[in-house]
This record gives sequence, C-alpha cells and structure tokens, in this order.
Amino acid sequence: MTAVQSTSSTTNKVLGHPLNAWYVAGWDHEVTRKPMSRRVANRPLALYRTEDGKAVALADACWHRLAPLSMGKTMGKDGIQCPYHGIVYNSAGRCVSMPAQETINPSATVPSFPVVERYRYVWVWLGDPTKADPDLVPDMHQVSSEEWAGDGETIHADCNYQLVLDNLMDLTHEEFVHSSSIGQEELSESDFVVTHDGSTVTVSRWMHNIDAPPFWLKNMRDKFPGFEGKVDRWQIITFQAPSTINIDVGVAKAGTGAPEGDRSQGVNGFVMNTITPETDRSCHYFWAFMRNYRLESQLITTQLRNGVHGVFGEDEEMLKAQQAAIDANPDYEFYNLNIDAGGMWVRRLIERMLEAEGRLVPTA
Amino acid sequence: MAATNVEVWQQATVVEARAIATDIQRIVLEPALPRQAEPGSHVDLKVMIDGEQDKRSYSVVESSEDGKRLVISVMKAPQSRGGSLFMHTLKPGDTLEITRPLQNFPLRVGAGRYILLAGGIGITAMVNMGRVLKNLKANYTFVYAGRNRAAMAYLPELQELHGENLVVHVDDEGTSLKVDELVASADLDTELYMCGPIRLMDVVRRAWTERELNLPNLRYETFGNSGWYDPEEFIVRIPRLGVETKVGQGRSMLETLEDAGVDMMFDCRKGECGLCEVRILELDGAVDHRDVFYSERQQHAAAKMCCCVSRAVTSKTGAKADADPHRGPAVVTIEVS
Repeated sequence: MTAVQSTSSTTNKVLGHPLNAWYVAGWDHEVTRKPMSRRVANRPLALYRTEDGKAVALADACWHRLAPLSMGKTMGKDGIQCPYHGIVYNSAGRCVSMPAQETINPSATVPSFPVVERYRYVWVWLGDPTKADPDLVPDMHQVSSEEWAGDGETIHADCNYQLVLDNLMDLTHEEFVHSSSIGQEELSESDFVVTHDGSTVTVSRWMHNIDAPPFWLKNMRDKFPGFEGKVDRWQIITFQAPSTINIDVGVAKAGTGAPEGDRSQGVNGFVMNTITPETDRSCHYFWAFMRNYRLESQLITTQLRNGVHGVFGEDEEMLKAQQAAIDANPDYEFYNLNIDAGGMWVRRLIERMLEAEGRLVPTA
Repeated sequence: MAATNVEVWQQATVVEARAIATDIQRIVLEPALPRQAEPGSHVDLKVMIDGEQDKRSYSVVESSEDGKRLVISVMKAPQSRGGSLFMHTLKPGDTLEITRPLQNFPLRVGAGRYILLAGGIGITAMVNMGRVLKNLKANYTFVYAGRNRAAMAYLPELQELHGENLVVHVDDEGTSLKVDELVASADLDTELYMCGPIRLMDVVRRAWTERELNLPNLRYETFGNSGWYDPEEFIVRIPRLGVETKVGQGRSMLETLEDAGVDMMFDCRKGECGLCEVRILELDGAVDHRDVFYSERQQHAAAKMCCCVSRAVTSKTGAKADADPHRGPAVVTIEVS
C-alpha cells in the first residue's frame, strides 16, 4: 500500500493556461477570406479561410521580419501573403513564394496550428500537435443542435481567465451582481452538491418552491402564457477542462417533478461558456444562451441574447475591477470559502494539466 | 510548429558514448535545462578544435518525454577539420555547452501520406520523425539508403520499430535507391522529408519538380556539408583588399576569409540565406555550389557563390571526372560586399 498523497490546490491569483487543449479562437462567422488577428494563449494568430472554406491558424508573424500576416491578404487556393515583402505561405505555414529570389529558403516556415471547426466555433490547439485529438474538443453540442435555439456573443474580459471560471463555478454572486434579473436570496441559502472526475467538475443546486426572478418569469410566460406561481429552479454547472463551462439552467412549475427528471412543466436553457486565455491578464469569453422551447422565435433568441448581454456586462465590470484590485494589492492572498469548492476543483484539474506539461510555475 | 531559433545555451553532461556503426558514435547528453526535442530539431554545441572554440549542429536523434536525455550521433567525417574528431573523444562525465533544441525542420502533423528519406548519416534527422509518425499511426514509408549495412546507424532498431514501413537500400548489396521510382510513388498529398548528401537531395528535388508535385511538400534540411566534388584546397583572392589566402580542405571559404581579417557578412552558414554571397570576378577551375539559395540557372552562370558552403575545384569543364587536385589549386578571384 502506498499512502495517498493529498495536496491542496494552490490559489494562484494569476493561473497559467495549459497548451495541450483546444481553445476557441473565434466564432465560425468571424473567420473569413479576409485575414484577422487574434491572440490566443499569449500567441498572436492570423486566422483566415482557404478557398475551400477551411479555417487556418498561422502564427501572426512572417518568418522574415515578423510583420503581422493578418495585415496581408489571402492568395491562391490556401495561401496568405505577407503585406511587407510579399512572401507567401500556404495553410501548412510553408513558404511557397519568395518574390526577391529565384529559390525558396527551405527554413522559411511559420507555425501552423491544428484547427477544428465545431459547434459554430473555430478551435485551435497551440501545444504539442501530435496530441491534438479532435475528440478532445469540449462538448458544446447545444450551440449547433437543431433541438436548441439561441445565440451568443464574445466578451473581451480584462482579467485572467481563471477569474471567469471562478465566477461561473459559484453562482451565489448572482444575488449581488445580478439582483435585477436572475439574482435572489435563495441562491445563497440553498445547498449545492459538488462532484468531479479527471477532467470535469459539476456543481448542482436546486431551489424548491420559490418565486421566479424576473428573467425566468419572462421565460416561463413565453412558454406558458400568463404563468403565475412558485417554481422549482435549478443550476447544474459542468466544467470541462481546461476552460469550458456549460450551465444547465431553468425553472419549472413547483412540485411538477423537475428534480426527479420531468421538466415538461418548465423552461430549460443552457448557458454555454468557453473562455480562451488571451494574455495572463485578459481573455476572450465566448458565451451563448440556448433554449429548447419556442425554437421558431427569433424574437425570443434576440431578447435572450440581449438579456444575457446585460447580465454578463455586470460580470465583466466586476471581473475587470477584481483583476485591477488583485494587481493593486500584490501582497495580499486569496482566501477560500466553502462556496469555492467547484472553483477549487477547477484549479486543481488545471494545475494537473500544467504539471503534466511541465509548466506548473508557482506565481506570486 | 514553431521554427524556434532563439539560442539558449546550457551545460550538458555526457552520460553515454559508444560506437553504433562504422565511424558513428552515439552520444547521450543530459542537459541542465531539459526540454523535449520536437522531431526535426537539432542542437548547436561548442566544440574545441586545436584549442579554439567552434560551433557544430547535430540533429536530435531521440529525446525522452521530459527532455532530460538527448541523443545525438556523430559521424567521423574524413575531411573533418576536427569537429567530429572532438565529438568522438567525448566520454561519460564530460561536459559541454549546448543549445536547447532548435527547430528548422518541423514535421507537419496531418498530411495524407509521408515519405521519410535518409541517406547515410542523414538518418539522425529522421529517426525522431519516424517514431512520431509511427505513434500517430500515420501513413508513411521510411526509406533508408546507405553504402553498406555496417555504416548504417540504427538499422536494427528501425527495422524492429517500423517493420514493413521501412525500406532499406544498400549500395554494396546492389539494392541502391532508385529516386525516380520513389518519387513516382508520391502524390499531391504526400510530404517527403529528407536528409542526406546534397547529391541525393538534388536528384530528388529534380524528380519532384519534373513530376509537378507540390514543391512546399518537399522538406529537407541541409547543414551544407557535402558537395558534388571532394573538397580541395583552393586559393581565394580579393584584389580590392589585397587579400590572397588558401582555403584548406577542412575549412570553408567564409571561415578562411574571416581568419584573414576580412569583414564578412553572413547569417545561416549553411547555404540557405544567401547573405554571404560573393561576386566572382575570375575563376581558374569550377565552382562546387553546395548551397540551396541559387537556382540551377544561377549556379550555371557562376557569377556569384555562397562562400559559407561552396568551394572552388580544379575541374576545368565542371565535370567531376576532370577534377585533378594535382594540377591545382583552383583560384577564385572575388569581390565582397
């Protein structure tokens, strides 16, 4: 028998990000024949599509003098031309034309990163390409499923990506940050259950026989016109390493069996969140709100997107202020509460990924 | 994969050194700053030659996942000035300065089919690629050509790992590589990675071009250390600077001019970038172009040469059979930038 070594997670205020993972570089509609620039996991990328419509991610720096390729133009079937001296690379990042000489320097390449397009997102892999298995893309199927309708946006959040994960893993903040829409005191009062495995963490919370907050009352009335009365409300938060969080949310008429699995007397949404580290202190926060009722209504899609936009704007403001306070108080540490259990498991799973990559560096 | 060329120097300790083929030494290094070496990467290391420090590049044959063990293999070059001789004197416990793995020859993951082609000691650049392709269950053929089996490093290990994916060609056994047949087996989705003598790589490049395959899919690495002729001693003159000096067999023209105090411009020192270009004013002999910077047309014109790798030889006609060092030496008169 060997003793089980038990270590507590550290609480790095600025957590590093694993590289052997798929991160969303953009919505599918953002990546076009016109190259765009986006920094993912500290790496500036030039994103574009080939003539055949395949998304490409190259390092956004020409091999020659590091001019940004994203300022250039697509050329030929799958190429991109550096805007400075006209050097052309193909989608594999190999130089195919070096205008000022008769041959091509065999070393002239720019890194080309594995890309997978799935669930309306373009995913990139910046780590070891031999490990870039498309099966490792986090499950966000609701975003592109015919059984769900909805839309989302991107928030450029001025904070370490981990702060967003913390935010989503503990929704007791809704009572205070989102008091006018989804917040209510039962959130803090109700019990929650945390489970985890090697790559996921789940936090479940049920609130029984409560009044629906304004956001949910509106949704109930979209499905059940004129609805009045108490509801059972749920939030089932599922984290998939390293930075995707899908939240199964909804309310159903109180006592109609939703906790036991019959949600027919309620409305169900999925808040889809995937956070892409940009720098150590900023991230791209891709979210979508999907619903499985009134699929035909573009009005509801737009209303929900605008509603969540407002709610997440409140988070964005808090996260930015929190990051600023962290940076302004370098000699103060984080302390943890019972409500942080989900977020702490998230940290531990991420730290294990970093450790496996030999990149777990304790930071101040 | 990044073309990582930021040189980070570190100490490394030799933990193993043994002969694995005729004149080929396998050297296992433990670097102070471990980092896993990607397929296609190499390390630069500092060697001592006649009490002077110099730099050499060697492909990383294998590396442990944590990068704490790096394996290189060094062939004792017949015309070596002493770099490979120095490497052959290393024994366990010795330390030397090496870079972290550098990458000029990245393997792309995701091609429809791969051909790896190693000629002689060029095998050192291909071993790691072969292992990765095998692990990825990629569609690949590993072609290994050599003079005789005793001179072919890693042959048994490669046969065991790659089985039928490994195709061996041995000159002394009458099974020499037929480049045309090999290239004929490639299609537009095939990537061919090769490392070997420049003569072999040139024949492959021609066949590849003739068959109108995708040129960017032909990947090769050259350390600029082989040519069309055997290296000869030759004279280089720069009239404007009043310089005349003799380039020894085991020394490059660039190094010799630097030794003579000429302020030379250069970068890659392996015949790729073209920065060390000199203009040829007069030539008694022929030029052995060993670079990949000039097109065939430019090489035939013999108006310029890359002095880091290319040499003057005695052949009047340019034919190898006409080279006659006893009539020599060849003389090249140049102008520099």
